[in-house]
Amino acid sequence: MKVIDVRGLRYRYPDGTLALDGVDFDLEAGECVALFGANGSGKTTFVLHLNGLLSGEGSIEICGMPLKRETLPHIRARVGLVFQDSEEQLFMPTVLEDVAFGPRNLGVPAPEALARAAKTLEQVGIPASHQKAPYHLSSGEKRRAAIAGVLAMRPEILVLDEPTTSLDPPGRRDLIRLLAALPQAKILVTHDVDFASSLAARAVFFERGRIAAQGAVEEIARRFNWRSQPVESRDRR
Amino acid sequence: MHHVVVERWSRGASPLHARDARAKLLVLLAFLIAVSTTRPQSQGAFPAYAALLAVAIIAARLPAAALVRRAMLVLPFSATFALITWLGGDPLRALALGEKSFLSGLAALLLIATTPLPDLLRGLESFAVPRPLILVIQFIYRYLFVISEQAQHMRLAARSRGASFRASAGALGVLFARSWERAEGIYRAMLARGFDGRFPAFGAARFRPSDAAFLLLSALAPVAIRIAL
Amino acid sequence: MHIPDGFLSTPVWAAFDAGAAPAVGILARRAQRDIEERSIPLMGVMGAFIFAAQMINFPVGPGTSGHLVGGTLLAIALGPSAAAIVMTAILAIQALVFQDGGILALGANVFNMAIVGVLAGYLPYRLLRNSAGIFLGGLASVLASAGFALAELSMSGIPFPPRILTVTLTFFFVGAILEGAITLAAVRAIGRLNPSWVRNTNQPAGRTLVVIGAAALILAVAGILVASTHPDGIEILAPAHSPAWLHAPLADYQAHGVESPYLRKAAAGVAGLILIYAACLAAGRSMRQRSARPAPCVSAGVNPDQHAPRSG
Repeated sequence: MKVIDVRGLRYRYPDGTLALDGVDFDLEAGECVALFGANGSGKTTFVLHLNGLLSGEGSIEICGMPLKRETLPHIRARVGLVFQDSEEQLFMPTVLEDVAFGPRNLGVPAPEALARAAKTLEQVGIPASHQKAPYHLSSGEKRRAAIAGVLAMRPEILVLDEPTTSLDPPGRRDLIRLLAALPQAKILVTHDVDFASSLAARAVFFERGRIAAQGAVEEIARRFNWRSQPVESRDRR
Repeated sequence: MHHVVVERWSRGASPLHARDARAKLLVLLAFLIAVSTTRPQSQGAFPAYAALLAVAIIAARLPAAALVRRAMLVLPFSATFALITWLGGDPLRALALGEKSFLSGLAALLLIATTPLPDLLRGLESFAVPRPLILVIQFIYRYLFVISEQAQHMRLAARSRGASFRASAGALGVLFARSWERAEGIYRAMLARGFDGRFPAFGAARFRPSDAAFLLLSALAPVAIRIAL
Repeated sequence: MHIPDGFLSTPVWAAFDAGAAPAVGILARRAQRDIEERSIPLMGVMGAFIFAAQMINFPVGPGTSGHLVGGTLLAIALGPSAAAIVMTAILAIQALVFQDGGILALGANVFNMAIVGVLAGYLPYRLLRNSAGIFLGGLASVLASAGFALAELSMSGIPFPPRILTVTLTFFFVGAILEGAITLAAVRAIGRLNPSWVRNTNQPAGRTLVVIGAAALILAVAGILVASTHPDGIEILAPAHSPAWLHAPLADYQAHGVESPYLRKAAAGVAGLILIYAACLAAGRSMRQRSARPAPCVSAGVNPDQHAPRSG
């Protein structure tokens, strides 16, 4: 079953830049896909459309629901967006309240939302952080808390924008383990090919607002020379 | 930084920490008003107020020396005005000025050292402090240290460029820009999680009989001192 | 200048608290209704910015430096009512968390810096709409705040011998000029990065706003002058030296033989109260005008792909 179906998405920023130029994209339930592409190629602009933070021309269907003003609250509950900067995502005074923020917006009563938040924090592996201020968490814990804030809304699709930024290697490893255990369909916007290949089977490559190619992660990475290490000896001669 | 210490204190465990924020706020107000209205001639009252605070510090299981040292930060300012008053020919009033400002500062510190700010803000909200103001305070406190860290970087950057007025203005401009963009990022993150313009409330804690008893007894003490001494 | 607890006499702090509380309430309600809650993260983060900006020193001459106070910059970026709420929030945090400024004295501090300081800073900018206006705004903001603080202290009976007053005033003036210069430099630096952040309003200044702002400035200066001529602050209300509108009701009190300094101080407090209401009325009106314009809000028009990863 398709959970995301995007056809012909175009978006132009108010300053005139064409950021998306006809994007077709779909995602199956439970699938994990990586989005590659240079900075400014349209990846982030694309994912901001998936829960209506930006709206361009073209059609977007989430779980069979067309994205419109009326369906927006439902769609925001289904598509969980985890931003690159956790500091910006964790804006409530305590971690517990932050994680309960989404459920409260969905109309879940306060005690139930807080209980759900506590359970979600346990699920992401930071059960002791409830009353902490987000400022006092480590980067890895912040990332987990931000993911918990989205998971507490019980989404069907998780979108993570550069989730490995500012994580140390153990933090990155723990994140892979956490994400692998989550049943949701996932979109990973990342430059980190190894991270992507340990979670996703398929990769989509963005170039100047279009999808230039898609295929297996390794294949796409090779084709666009998309690893940070220099390519092996044959090039060095 | 100091705030980290106070914030750690505020998450401690003690009979005073356990009291409802509203009760502690009202007791603080009673104390401050009693101290403020005490005449300079009633010098006997000030040691009594100090004794009350000492009891509270012990009950809160807080490090007294560190607390007092922090409360003394107000003294340079007080001392200046006390000196002015002294020179103006009123030594008793000058003394009272110093005593009042120190005791008041210590009492306020005791509140924040035994009450985490989120609880305190919820308490203030139930005293009809406008919600937008509470929310702005909450956001300022949340991002205060994040942006202060950036400011430290900017300060170094400005200094490395030769500490000129212009370099400082440039640093300030960049800090402003980053803060503005951060605010946009936060708002976007709020929308993404279903924010519809109304901040969800989580409700205040229950006001227990023990809080009422604490309020009654602790608020009476400074009032009694004010009247008796 | 934050006034700590213990300095203001009871009638003074009580009157300012009683006046500032509803004023802030009205401002906040209007902020909620007119600017929408969407701007709360913006107000909060800009408040944190003002806090943090004080770490950036502006060198002036050997061994001395100043820093931004920020009321005028905030008023220019967010509009006067939102700026007043942000300044109030900053003062509350300073009083509650950092013991910088008193809790009973919060009303007086809010009045001085969040209401008068912001209005006095915003007015010249709004009237002149140029660099001179921004500079004068910063200058007027600090001068008015400091003048009111001085007047309140003086009203509370803290004597200011002329020599000390001269020194204090010199400091205030230097500080005020510095604030004007820093505000101007900051607005220019910000304008170079993104002119829309320091919004240029195209509406004529409301007449009430002008009147109240001017009154605030004049009263602040009057406060300083009265303090300078009357070392004993209680005498501030001596009819000969009070502005005419203060004069009448107080003369009445005296005519009825009310000689108690306590009562006279209370009367001073009431006068302050009236002033606060007038100020917040004006702020409210300016707020209503602002609602016609698009609210200062998070625009969707930023290209997120172009956002470089921010250093933490």
